[in-house]
Amino acid sequence: MAHADAHALHPPTSTGIESRKLAIWTFIGSECLFFASLISTYLVYKGKSLVGPLPHEVSQCMLHGKMQQCEPMFEIPLVTFGTAVLLFSSFFVVMALNGAQTGNRKKLLTWLSLTVLGGLFFAAMQIYEFTHFYHKGLGYTTNLFSQTFYTLTGFHGSHVTLGAIWLGTLLIQAFRGKLTPDKAVNLEIAALYWHFVDVVWIVIFPVVYLMR
Amino acid sequence: MSNATAMPQSHEEAHEHPGPSTYIKIALVLFVLTALEVLVYEIGHGGVMRALQGTVEPLVVPLLIVLSAAKFALVAMFYMHLKSDGKLLSGIFVFPIILAICLALALIGLFSVVFLLVKR
Repeated sequence: MAHADAHALHPPTSTGIESRKLAIWTFIGSECLFFASLISTYLVYKGKSLVGPLPHEVSQCMLHGKMQQCEPMFEIPLVTFGTAVLLFSSFFVVMALNGAQTGNRKKLLTWLSLTVLGGLFFAAMQIYEFTHFYHKGLGYTTNLFSQTFYTLTGFHGSHVTLGAIWLGTLLIQAFRGKLTPDKAVNLEIAALYWHFVDVVWIVIFPVVYLMR
Repeated sequence: MSNATAMPQSHEEAHEHPGPSTYIKIALVLFVLTALEVLVYEIGHGGVMRALQGTVEPLVVPLLIVLSAAKFALVAMFYMHLKSDGKLLSGIFVFPIILAICLALALIGLFSVVFLLVKR
């Protein structure tokens, strides 16, 4: 197969694995612990907020300078749609990688463009969600829920944004015809990072949004 | 001295990655599992099929954990190619995940004790 040959071509290494690929996997391993700390912190303080707004319940909260009743924060349909888009973007990037490894430029450009669009959509959804929450009275320092929620999902969102920028630079290279099969490993490394961002959300989505 | 040759290496990485048909199947399974997650949430909290709420409610958290773990494994095995790439890469990923789970359980356990002591 062309793609098996294409990504086998790299300078000799003692492990037989492309050094950059080994490096990204090691980085991903360290990121697992980083996100585990953030998710644990969210869980530790779950249900410990003394004032609202709260994720799933009607609560008393300070809004426009006076205590009033606040609606639950989460909008599950919107986040579910964002989750589906992020999941599909993982599918898009493996299709793009397949195109890069087999030298199919049209396939590469189409699927990689869709991946970048998916990432940008997810980031935009999160910006909308944060803005919406802020206007409903949930600032960063409002309560324990807001601090742990914004920190966890904000760090994830920043990873999505960085990933979308990274894939965007590869898309520009692909448009210029510089992402040839012998350089497909560049996309493979970015794709691994993108999949990691996806698997982190696979954990965050049920833990934060679906478990009350 | 390393026994590496001057030729490009291939023994670890030249494994066949799954093809587009597998990727499509996995995407569909992931979509269905996500839909199931939301369905479990909605049934468990009385959003739909209220007759089943009493049965499903205590199972919401375990079901969500199982569904989430299944999605995680599918992405890691097929999209991140851990099923076809070398065992070294799987080890580099799985070991930190085990550490991460231990870290999470330790933190949650520790703080549960702290909150209990504070309440007293």
